[in-house]
Amino acid sequence: MALDRRHWLKGALATVSGLWLSACERLTDSSLVQTTLDKTEVLTRKAQRGLIPPQALAREFTPADISRDFRANGSISPGDADYRTLLQAGFADYRLRIDGLVDRPQSLSLSDIRALPARTQITRHDCVEGWSSIGKWTGAQLAPLLEQVGLKPEARFLVFHCFDTLDPEAGAKGRYYESIDLVDARHPQTLLAYEMNDAVLPVAHGAPLRLRVERQLGYKHAKYISRIEAVADFAHIAGGKGGYWEDRGYEWYAGI
Amino acid sequence: MTSARPPKTVLVQRHGLVTRITHGINLLVVIGLLMSGLQIFNAHPALYWGHKSTFTQPWLAIQALDQGDGMAGSTWINGHGFETTGVLGYSGAPGAGEKRAFPKWATLPSYRSLGTGRHWHFFLAWIFVGNGLVYLASGLITGHVRRDLLPTRRELGLRQILQTVWDHLRLRFPRGEAARSYNVLQKLAYLAVAFILLPLMVLAGLGMSPGVDAGLPGLVSLFGGRQSARSIHFICASLIVGFIGLHVLMVLLSGPLNQLRGMITGKFRLEVREDR
Repeated sequence: MALDRRHWLKGALATVSGLWLSACERLTDSSLVQTTLDKTEVLTRKAQRGLIPPQALAREFTPADISRDFRANGSISPGDADYRTLLQAGFADYRLRIDGLVDRPQSLSLSDIRALPARTQITRHDCVEGWSSIGKWTGAQLAPLLEQVGLKPEARFLVFHCFDTLDPEAGAKGRYYESIDLVDARHPQTLLAYEMNDAVLPVAHGAPLRLRVERQLGYKHAKYISRIEAVADFAHIAGGKGGYWEDRGYEWYAGI
Repeated sequence: MTSARPPKTVLVQRHGLVTRITHGINLLVVIGLLMSGLQIFNAHPALYWGHKSTFTQPWLAIQALDQGDGMAGSTWINGHGFETTGVLGYSGAPGAGEKRAFPKWATLPSYRSLGTGRHWHFFLAWIFVGNGLVYLASGLITGHVRRDLLPTRRELGLRQILQTVWDHLRLRFPRGEAARSYNVLQKLAYLAVAFILLPLMVLAGLGMSPGVDAGLPGLVSLFGGRQSARSIHFICASLIVGFIGLHVLMVLLSGPLNQLRGMITGKFRLEVREDR
């Protein structure tokens, strides 16, 4: 008797929780819900862009705050052949291409980049997963570099193409890439970083060049940058959502 | 000659329209926020104090441990470990166990998807904030807060409060005229949730946003850093779960159908003694 009742109770609980889970799934998978959820991102972005001054700086910390266990996420040692070749030569042959909707396309060596107006900042890196680490970054400010190449009036975003393939099964769409708008591109703390904690940028953290875009989450900070392309819109690139993780369901605007 | 007649049952107006509507929306939205919040938490099930993560010293961590003969879930609080297999750390049907901090039934969506969890969380957060502002504004304008929620000086006397606590512990709830209004424990609980806990929850959530931190640096500093804000956000969520548990228990103990009707149609049954 008691056993029967327990069986019945277990069965009832399993049924209820099954219904509950499938209701949640149905809701998430419906296209109306998807569209609505996508619109939230626009609302969040507009609210933050509207309320936060474009030049507002992310907080900067002191050397004592620097994390000794700064975590490296995503690719930490790209196996891509072109990257390996450059790495073996100490990036002597590395050239950063800047092209797309620019007046003067460029191809810059690391020493060219190190000669550009630089900035050093100790900032907090916030991963979308929830953790934070604090690091010191030195790099070329993006804003003066953009002046140098001359953005065409129709340019609205910068796309950062990277060397690393994070999802080998996705073919060409498995390569990492990211994009930012011109508000972030012209922000004083937005850097092409080549040093971390006073040393040459380690491979795990994106050598030879990674993006710092301090008011957004970690996945926007593209590592292993090979090329910067100025575009009017990124719909034609990879999955069309403006970034590797964006193509996999994450928000393009990662200020929250 | 007058004599006491048997008590008469009357239906009184219990909750105003705005309270009923915002309560209903809040019910759905808060459940969704809690569940999508746990999905987000599962992406990095450890909490720290301060600005940065001290990865080797979380104050709270939920893990799956390989014990050789099988997986076990364990939860660590300030260095003390508890086995929580089946619920926290490792859960799922027999043979289909999964390493996950919170189990499938507690997260939105049930499968692991940080991106979808975040979409749900921020979507619901906007509704939550809008709904909460409507409730608070209307409560202040119509006098609902002052009339129904603010305790009187007499109610705040220590004896009075202790008496009410004692009555609750013996499951003796106010009847008749006394049940027309909230008792002092209800008033204090609702005020604390509506004016302290839920706003603190929103602020701690905003404190985790790198964008907000640049525009309003004082907010995250107030919490003592982003990782502290994340911890406080989690603690507030736990307190909300505690409140919901107690709240539902009280509804069940004090006449669930009458209470539910009060929150749906607004009508509440009272037994009133008419002495004439």
